[in-house]
Amino acid sequence: MIDSRYGAQHTTDPDEFVRVADVVKIFGDVVAVRSVNLSVRRNEIFALLGSSGCGKSTLLRMLAGFEEVTSGQIMLDGEDITAIPPHRRPVNMMFQSYALFPHMTVQANVAFGLKQEGVDAAEIHDRVFEALDLVQMAGYSRRKPHQLSGGQQQRVALARSLVKRPKLLLLDEPMSALDKQIRQKTQIELVRILEQVGVTCIMVTHDQEEAMTMAHRLAVMTEGQIVQMGTPQEVYAFPRSRFVAGFIGSTNLFTGIIVVDEPDRVAIECDELSRPLVVSHGVSEPIGMEVHVSIRPEHMVVSRDMPETEENWAHGRVSHMAWLGSYALYQIRLDAGKVIEASVPSRILASLDAPGIEDEVYVSWDADSATVLAS
Amino acid sequence: MIRVPVARFLPSMRTLAIVPPFLWLALFLLVPFLMVLKISLADLNFGTPPYTPLLTFEEGATQLTLHTQGYARLFSDSLYVTTYLNSVKMALVTTFWCVVIGYPMAYYIARSSPQVRALLMLAVILPFWTSQLLRVYAWVGILRTDGLLNKALIGLGLISQPLEIYRTDVAVYIGMIYAYLPFFILPLYANLVKMDLRLLEAAYDLGAKPWQAFWQVTVPLSRPGVIAGAMLVFIPSVGEYVIPELLGGADTLMMGRVMWGEFFTNADWPMAAAVTCVMVLLLLVPLALFQYNQMKQIQAGREGASKVPTNA
Amino acid sequence: MKWLSLGLGFLFLYAPIVSLMVFSFNASPLVTSWSGFSFRWYEALFKDEVLLRAAWLSFQIAGLTATAAVVIGTWVGYVLARMGRFRGFAVYVGMISAPLVIPEVVLGISLLILFIEMRSTLGWPADNGMFTIWVGHTTLCMAYVAVIIQSRIRDLDRSLEEAALDLGASPLRVFFSITLPLIAPALAAGWLLAFTLSLDDVVLASFLSGPGFSTLPMEVFSRVRLGLRPEVNALATLFILAVGICVIIAHRLVWRKETA
Repeated sequence: MIDSRYGAQHTTDPDEFVRVADVVKIFGDVVAVRSVNLSVRRNEIFALLGSSGCGKSTLLRMLAGFEEVTSGQIMLDGEDITAIPPHRRPVNMMFQSYALFPHMTVQANVAFGLKQEGVDAAEIHDRVFEALDLVQMAGYSRRKPHQLSGGQQQRVALARSLVKRPKLLLLDEPMSALDKQIRQKTQIELVRILEQVGVTCIMVTHDQEEAMTMAHRLAVMTEGQIVQMGTPQEVYAFPRSRFVAGFIGSTNLFTGIIVVDEPDRVAIECDELSRPLVVSHGVSEPIGMEVHVSIRPEHMVVSRDMPETEENWAHGRVSHMAWLGSYALYQIRLDAGKVIEASVPSRILASLDAPGIEDEVYVSWDADSATVLAS
Repeated sequence: MIRVPVARFLPSMRTLAIVPPFLWLALFLLVPFLMVLKISLADLNFGTPPYTPLLTFEEGATQLTLHTQGYARLFSDSLYVTTYLNSVKMALVTTFWCVVIGYPMAYYIARSSPQVRALLMLAVILPFWTSQLLRVYAWVGILRTDGLLNKALIGLGLISQPLEIYRTDVAVYIGMIYAYLPFFILPLYANLVKMDLRLLEAAYDLGAKPWQAFWQVTVPLSRPGVIAGAMLVFIPSVGEYVIPELLGGADTLMMGRVMWGEFFTNADWPMAAAVTCVMVLLLLVPLALFQYNQMKQIQAGREGASKVPTNA
Repeated sequence: MKWLSLGLGFLFLYAPIVSLMVFSFNASPLVTSWSGFSFRWYEALFKDEVLLRAAWLSFQIAGLTATAAVVIGTWVGYVLARMGRFRGFAVYVGMISAPLVIPEVVLGISLLILFIEMRSTLGWPADNGMFTIWVGHTTLCMAYVAVIIQSRIRDLDRSLEEAALDLGASPLRVFFSITLPLIAPALAAGWLLAFTLSLDDVVLASFLSGPGFSTLPMEVFSRVRLGLRPEVNALATLFILAVGICVIIAHRLVWRKETA
């Protein structure tokens, strides 16, 4: 049963399968993980996203049992697993380096976990090949790990961690060892397999594209704490801080003072823009307070003609342009001096009579596309 | 009925994993040395055991008798003092020459290509696998007055009278350097081969000449290897017995021979024990240096190879 | 410069070995005066009962020593490499490093005294001999094995052991199923090293042997103390050939495995 101390702070979700409650990890003087709280639903794929040193790998290792929790609790399927050693947890991990046993064949590697459970030989054989079929490696059962390519090793590692039907699967930077080319394809295939098997999964990555592609929900971590949690769409469209806005995708940040504060219309005066910035959602900050606003490059509309509205646009000159195939990325120096990024889809470029360097342009955006950041 | 939770008194799994080999070492290393210490303070006794007990019961009272005349003799008798000093001197000279000959060898082997390296190290280690006793014996045949060296030198016309090397200090030096050279080369090689060559490239890039780079980059980095190797040569050399006995003269004074003599020839156990204790005392500083170096190596290696999640 | 120092160094290392072998075939009993080619010293060797008995004894002790040294030395090596920093770590390291450097006479005297005390208080061991020599040799050799194993385990990828734990193997099972197989070559090297050291030891054996108990190195030493002995040359040659053959076999095995 969940400890009521922790329950009071969070809504009890009937589908909740994993709960990390106020978990802290201290190494000597260093606080690697500061009071992290998160909850993962059954069969959900959850990503911990962050750059090096943010604490995500430590948190993952605590979930696996390789690091002792300094304080806090980890609950899995209603059971407190905080103090259970790794070989007794119903948790399996796929390591970043795959950690396939070099002195055993693929078959022996996958069978290893089942042997520890005392499962009988016939059942082991069936389950091993069931798992290998799932990852399409059944034909390689007699090979040794050093005879396989990186992608093949990954699939065997996945089979090995799934064959025991763990309650929780942990993935440590699953794509980091693969070439960029095959990453996207592998990401999609991995999700397909996980959804087919129906396993709850927590993964750790520094690659935000990977998190956005694979996860149902994600949490952004920095300096040992979770700064925002939600679905990829939520976190992308409504970042709550400059850090998150800049970490996930790229964005344009403006700083200004609130001059009008109404429930569905807030106007902000920025030095960087000559016209007011209007946001279509309410804010909790009072008039006169300095706030930051995030507008994504894809919401910046580039045109040669002056917009007709009074607000939410600016004038400037193109300082740099990079054409990336499906879209072009413009860097535009506004009159006030600030450089913003706007991404323009290729099909629009033609109708625009694609502006070149030093051309005068206008950028405008919707009140809906701008987000005021809390920090 | 009271239930005592036995589990609380049983050692943890971790303790069970760490302690047992320690027990062997404690019993066969620590305890014996404490006994040596005890006996060094006893007096010679004719019988079994061949030394007097320290604790005796007389008239109902326990009496502790410490005989320190053994130690007194050690420090006052000039023969003992000279022997100690000579042992240290010979060990130092041996260590010096092992460094001088061994460092270039280890260096050039470590800088060779991997295949050549393996072959050369094999060639260095191969003699090590054959009996050291037999190889030292070989030097007897080479260094004797009628031995190979003299025959060769006379035959080549370089000298007319045979060199008197056998049964002198020089022969002992040659034998010791010969025997201990691989002990120096191995740890140094292990250190040099793991050195990051990019550090040298960075030094060259910054304008250092090869000689400068060697002294300012390679040598400081190879220090742990040099210390380990030097201690592996120096400390056992102080107490070496076989080599001085086979190659040295009657006036080649070394502690190992004295200890052997006290035991086997004089059967003076307390004296031999006292000599042993003083020798260990002498070696305490280099011993401590060696242990400290070992510990640092073990810890450094652990932190390097293990996956401490610093990129958490 | 490189070839000069290497060349001289190797000349220094190998000249004695070569001289031993060459003069084992010398017909003259004056070892260094060549008088013709002969196998007589080899014949004499095989007729020498005392020497053969001593050799057999030495091989037995060496085998037992090597096995014990590998068991205990591996245990220590594993503890040092994997058990983190525990209380008494410095003492542990100190005790296991000591046999590497302590002069053998010190070790010999200490152990001898231990056995004498044990005899007078416990009545056991009754006589010095195989057991006592074995204890001395094992204590010496385990230190070497520990160094080899500890350094090998240090280089072992920790995630392999963690993966095994993750898959449900107990720590003990992980050691036997994963760690040991992966360090097998180091175990073999340690065994061979311990065997060689035990076979060659004079000092410890002399201190710890009993009446009528003589090992091969003890026999050889007592003979060569007094001068040159041609049958010792023959023995040395056989030894060197045996070692050479073993090394070549080992080299081929490793080479073949790596190119497989």
